[in-house]
Amino acid sequence: MATEIKMPQLGESVTEGTIAKWLKKPGDPVAKYEAICEVSTDKVNAEVPATFEGTMVEIVAGEGETVAVGEIICKMAEEGAEPVAPATPAVEESKPAATNTSAPAPEKAAPTGKRGSGSGRFSPAVLRLAQENDIDLTLLTGTGAGGRITRKDILAAIEQGIGKVGSAPTPRAVSVEEPVVVPTPTVDVDTALSTTPIASKPAVGVVTEEGDIEIPLTSVRKTIASRMVQSKHEAPHAWTMMEVDVTGLVELRNKMKNDFKVREGVSLTFMPFFIKAVSDALKEFPVINSMWGGDKIIQKKRINISIAVATDDALYVPVIPDVDELSILGLAKKVNTLAQKTRAGKLDLSDLQGGTFTVNNTGSFGSVMSQPIINQPQAAILSFEAIVKRPVVVNNMFAVRDMMNICMSLDHRVLDGLVAGRFLARVKELLEEYTVDSTF
Amino acid sequence: MAVMSYIEAVTLAMREEMQRDSQVFVLGEDVGVRGGVFRATDGLYSEFGEDRVLDTPLTESAIAGVAIGAAAYGKRPIAEMQFADFIMPAINQIISEAAKIRYRSNNKWSCPMVVRAPYGGGIHGALYHSQSVEKIFTGVPGLKIVTPSTPYDVKGLLKSAIRDDDPVLFFEHKRCYRLIKGEVPADDYTIPIGKADVKREGTDVTVITYGMMVHFALQAAEQLEKDGISVHVLDLRTLVPLDKEAILEAVAKTGKVLVVHEDNLTGGFGGEVSAIIAEEAFFELDAPVRRLAGPDVPAMPYSPTLEKEFILNPDKIAKAIRELAEF
Repeated sequence: MATEIKMPQLGESVTEGTIAKWLKKPGDPVAKYEAICEVSTDKVNAEVPATFEGTMVEIVAGEGETVAVGEIICKMAEEGAEPVAPATPAVEESKPAATNTSAPAPEKAAPTGKRGSGSGRFSPAVLRLAQENDIDLTLLTGTGAGGRITRKDILAAIEQGIGKVGSAPTPRAVSVEEPVVVPTPTVDVDTALSTTPIASKPAVGVVTEEGDIEIPLTSVRKTIASRMVQSKHEAPHAWTMMEVDVTGLVELRNKMKNDFKVREGVSLTFMPFFIKAVSDALKEFPVINSMWGGDKIIQKKRINISIAVATDDALYVPVIPDVDELSILGLAKKVNTLAQKTRAGKLDLSDLQGGTFTVNNTGSFGSVMSQPIINQPQAAILSFEAIVKRPVVVNNMFAVRDMMNICMSLDHRVLDGLVAGRFLARVKELLEEYTVDSTF
Repeated sequence: MAVMSYIEAVTLAMREEMQRDSQVFVLGEDVGVRGGVFRATDGLYSEFGEDRVLDTPLTESAIAGVAIGAAAYGKRPIAEMQFADFIMPAINQIISEAAKIRYRSNNKWSCPMVVRAPYGGGIHGALYHSQSVEKIFTGVPGLKIVTPSTPYDVKGLLKSAIRDDDPVLFFEHKRCYRLIKGEVPADDYTIPIGKADVKREGTDVTVITYGMMVHFALQAAEQLEKDGISVHVLDLRTLVPLDKEAILEAVAKTGKVLVVHEDNLTGGFGGEVSAIIAEEAFFELDAPVRRLAGPDVPAMPYSPTLEKEFILNPDKIAKAIRELAEF
């Protein structure tokens, strides 16, 4: 009897993976823990290890196929078990080679339902209630015979506001961040997210002419698209900006940067100072370090800063955890490490999870003003714009100062302008406190 | 409010109606001097005299026929079949005449008659004193069929039956006669024919039944409550006309339905109820509709062991409810 090997959960928020390469073919012996295939998800590539010693019997999901977590990818016979004839290759080939995520076939979506339904069969009452209340049955757990979702199960879900289409715990579009621990999310995510990623919907009115180039969507691009639409759709964005006089900070950095580089081996950028100021201000205004939890606001204890790191074709938001425990040096090293890992494509899932607030260094490419999109489910995002010399009035006289704009987008469900303004003013104040003689 | 037995409520309803309306009279075997074998007409003979409480020959066809004739003449007869089992010789009168008079005469004639008949088993009555006969009549348009379960319902429904201008078969479960007691108001109330009654509110499983089985279902519900299973019990009270709305409402309460009757399964009235649910409440269903009924054997056996096997009881009903609850 062959044992079915299923797509493993490759990260808390990962719901599907694409088979990148099979390392074993039918008939191959497999040792325990030996990799049987490579799987790529939105953010990481991983090998799937065998959980027991045996023989590969049949490959169910072909290379390039995207498979939901928990779906069968192959079958293996356990060592010592009755030998099973390897399936003919025809089985593998008969699978559509590239269901490749762009439009998940209906049967791809169905198996996830197995989790909740037991048999995957639903009673008329359950189906009707699910339809009327926009409930995704795959998100529910059944208490009936064989795990069947009963009418009572779904009524309870409606009452508690869980299982809404597109809601946690398994949104189909993978979030960059670990989803907030929200026991009863009622967040009404764009329904498209749950079944068809936004990005894979054919756009209306787009005409392709000769010479145009069609660029296929990578999974990262699709995730970005989904996440951005989700954020804009869900979170009412409010925006505010302040000017910061960073003359002192610029002088301080100029004074320190060469020694620092020699001594520590990493460049001293402005980023650690920005993060430090944000971290200190978040301590004073913990409500900014919050998340929208549907029926509540969750104020996070840990301060984990997501930093936006761009590559040529994508944007990643790796996380520096517990920034309040780090010095400028510690932050500099962390920023440096994460930036390098990002550009090398070596980010682990753990690097991407748990962020509570996002800092965006848009000034690095010369921007002086930006309206960032909130990194859901966080409550706010702060952009640090380019530092430019500008004439400003100081003590009723014109002076040339190093000026920087800081721009914050906030989720107006969680935050109001006043607290956001106070927070921003505090960040400004902390940055303006630096002088050429400051120590850090 | 007086607590009285089911059969006392039968007597009371007849007495009050006979006092109220001089056209009302009773006829049947031993209903007069004897007061009925079950004592349903006890005291009526002495109160209303031999002209209004008629002892008849042992001829059910005549009892029904005389009643139909009298009804056509403007009287309001209450004909008693000593046992529902004995209604068979009267079937031709009831189905061919009583049920059709209004239709056949283009509404010129009607048949304001009540046929009372004790039915059902569990009283060691054996083959000819235990049958449920309601399904013989439920498919015959022109008849109203009432099957009350409590003394309160008996009084209110029997009064409505007597005042009804069409023939009503009033089936009294004989095991209820002295077993079931309840409060019955002294005032002149009626319960409309064709209205079911929720006897217990619940959220897990709906039991739809009538007659003695209502009490068994309520006992089963009590048992199951301890295990956290909440049972909704709908007492149909009237089989024809059937309270469809109440049925659909009761289905929507739980989505899981058990239809129970003592009458045997095949062709039993539960099939009609189940079909209505399937047709009109499909999207409320969370489990297949289940029927629990007497077995398809010719009659209630005399052997106590076999009788016990034949007839439903609270445990059998509880088991079926539990299975549905766990579905």
